Amino acid sequence: MEKNRIFRRRFTEYREMTPEDKRRYRREFFMNNALYIFLVIVIVAIAIYRPRFLSPGSLINIVSLSAANLPIALGIAGAIILTGTDLSAGRAVGLCACVAASLLQFGGYANKMFPNLPTIPVFAVILLVLAIGSVIGAINGFCTAKFNLHPFIVTLATQLIIYGGLLMYLTLGTNNGQSISGLDTSYTEFINGSFLSVGGTAIPNFVWYSLIITVIMWVIWNKTTFGKNMFAVGSNPEAAHVSGVNVSRTIILVFTLAGALYGVTGFIEGARIGSNSASTGLNYELDAIAACVIGGVSFVGGIGKIRGVIMGVVLLRIIFVGLTFLSVNQNMQYIIKGLIILVACAIDMRKYLVRK
Amino acid sequence: MENNVLLEMKNISKSFPGVKALDDVTLKVRGGTVHALMGENGAGKSTLMKCLFGIYSKDSGKILLDGEEVEFKNSKEALRHGVAMVHQELNQALKRSVADNIWLGRYPKRGPFVAEKKMISETEEIFKKLGIKIDPTRIMSTMPVAQRQMAEIAKAVSYDARVIVFDEPTSSLNDKEAEQLFEIIGMLREKGTAIIYISHKMEEILRLSDEVTVMRDGRHIATEKAENLTMEKIIKLMVGREIKNRFPEKKNTPGEVLFRVENLSSLHSNLKGVSFELKKSEIVGVAGLDGAGRTELLENIFGLSERSGGRLYLRGKEIKNKSARDAIANGFAFVTEERRASGIFGILNIRDNMTVSSLRKYKVAKFWLDSRRMRKETEGLISSLRVKTPGQETKIRSLSGGNQQKVIFGRWLLTEPLILLLDEPTRGIDVGAKYEIYNVIGDLAKSGKSVIMVSSEMPELLGVCDRILVMSGGRLSGEVDARNTTQEEIMTLATKYA
Repeated sequence: MEKNRIFRRRFTEYREMTPEDKRRYRREFFMNNALYIFLVIVIVAIAIYRPRFLSPGSLINIVSLSAANLPIALGIAGAIILTGTDLSAGRAVGLCACVAASLLQFGGYANKMFPNLPTIPVFAVILLVLAIGSVIGAINGFCTAKFNLHPFIVTLATQLIIYGGLLMYLTLGTNNGQSISGLDTSYTEFINGSFLSVGGTAIPNFVWYSLIITVIMWVIWNKTTFGKNMFAVGSNPEAAHVSGVNVSRTIILVFTLAGALYGVTGFIEGARIGSNSASTGLNYELDAIAACVIGGVSFVGGIGKIRGVIMGVVLLRIIFVGLTFLSVNQNMQYIIKGLIILVACAIDMRKYLVRK
Repeated sequence: MENNVLLEMKNISKSFPGVKALDDVTLKVRGGTVHALMGENGAGKSTLMKCLFGIYSKDSGKILLDGEEVEFKNSKEALRHGVAMVHQELNQALKRSVADNIWLGRYPKRGPFVAEKKMISETEEIFKKLGIKIDPTRIMSTMPVAQRQMAEIAKAVSYDARVIVFDEPTSSLNDKEAEQLFEIIGMLREKGTAIIYISHKMEEILRLSDEVTVMRDGRHIATEKAENLTMEKIIKLMVGREIKNRFPEKKNTPGEVLFRVENLSSLHSNLKGVSFELKKSEIVGVAGLDGAGRTELLENIFGLSERSGGRLYLRGKEIKNKSARDAIANGFAFVTEERRASGIFGILNIRDNMTVSSLRKYKVAKFWLDSRRMRKETEGLISSLRVKTPGQETKIRSLSGGNQQKVIFGRWLLTEPLILLLDEPTRGIDVGAKYEIYNVIGDLAKSGKSVIMVSSEMPELLGVCDRILVMSGGRLSGEVDARNTTQEEIMTLATKYA
């Protein structure tokens, strides 16, 4: 009702504008909604060349790939809202994926990393990787908050440390740095299994987990003291301090939460990929950061919406899948990806410039 | 005062979507005169100046410099033509030195290298001419605002500017520094420079200017010789109605002693051995020159800076106020001096800005925040504090200074404090809004809250406070009754240890 009224009022306002104002209004409207308009154009364009792009199978593929990447992007978004970033995300995902996979190999598997390991319940492993991710995040947050370091520096360092740890972990047991596969069905079913199919294609379970996490994150960002504090600290840390916000606690919590989300992503990736090595998760943080900034989570600080992060992740994924559909050369895909990030951010930045 | 118009802005109009910001405004400034530009916030003074400097493009009208039509694309081009501006909000490279800031964008060169020595010696020369005592190699951020502003003025002078615009130059200066500024302005006037002087302070306008132009609602209201004007006349022109009194009547009656400070000293500043008492429902002012330790006193009470000694007693019981959070829990509130740096969350909306300090209050269950109640209470405060805004979803940075300040008052009202610490609560706020802020402060005291208010505007302290503490060199140099003291008495105390 409320929205409808606003809409109608805007329409009458628009009708009464001078032609010049109308032009300006149209331009503003285009700029403010450029992302959505662009998305529609891309989908329509690809669908015209390759109608199969819109088949249920293809759409579910896009949705699942997006869902797999959403938690890590939601985690990084928090760091960006604090005017920070997180370069350790991909490596944290890799570590969590390998740990989860190594503990959940099936009993008789020949190359089992820990041959004498009994079958561990999936939930115990979930808790473990959540804990690992959270500890990594907490360390990132602690160094950022207490030593006043920029998260870029902190996570640049921790990223290396995690990688070293991961390489060492992969030499444990009977494993000699090889990739870890032969996963137990309790694990793969939990992630890749499905209870719902659309048009003959199964929707994997992890899509639903990702959805639940997104809802939880929305609540945290919008409905809790912690969420409000996060935006306040990102917007003006000094004012937040004077206003009685516990700034360092907020920073540590944001990174810890992000770490927990990397844990989740790692757990999903472990089973989704099926064969995990030291390169699992490599550069995931870059895609996630790109998705965030495309979705309007700004490095200016204090700006960002869950909706935007979802849009960013989905848009990026549609473009990747679309380019493959159009059989664009892999090398060219990198160039297009880079250009899209530049253009999207340039358009987005215009919103925050002071109007002149 | 012959007819040597140096700068003429003719029939300037400018509109933004939905607002006519400037409507056929004309401004003529003569060489060798100080031309005051007055008007409430939002009257169009800044917009007019932004049109002059090409920050905004005007919709219609002409700008003539020395009879020749000009249209500057940016302030750098304006500078090259000898039109300079000393901004209200200083835009300086804070991590660079004074000399760097002055020569930025036109470093003197020796071959491909910057001629560092020449730069510094030329800076020193300008400073000497203007009587400014600043080391050119000093880093900007280590200097107080007043000195940074002096550097800004020196920069304008270094461009041999023929027209200099001063935007609220004294808002962060104490009386002594302001005096020095007036001297410099006098020198520039002697040299034939045309000066546009934007300020809210009547006393200095009347003292300093030759002509006064008043704007209201984007229109030119009047241009008069300053000698024909009085404070009342100007106010009447500015607000379009008469404001009889600049201060509301006092409505509070101080009660029993609520808060006592004993021998407060700070570790990292010059604050030393300050003791005083604050009664319930009392408004105590803190006067002093820049660097007298007034802000430090408030910060120290609020737990923002480290104490080296001293005790605080609330209702006779010792409290610690170890951190801002601790102080808030003890019933303190702090409106900071630099609204933009440590007050507002610019990109957040009014509701978020108001509720940030009292989120705990809105918790239902352990986690969830009651949005409906937050919305309702924000709405209530917007109307009771008379914040002018389209709605509570509006970003606070798009409000005027006065309205931003009201939102910050709202933030602290929500925490239900006993004692409000106000640091320059009306800085950069126009006359009408100032009156409203005074009213808010009076109402707060009347409702039983106590106020400690730091201000550099003595009339304001005399008009609003019950009692005034005077600080000098980090110490308390005296205490006066606001009803029977004079500015002279306060000034004498303020310079006691300086």
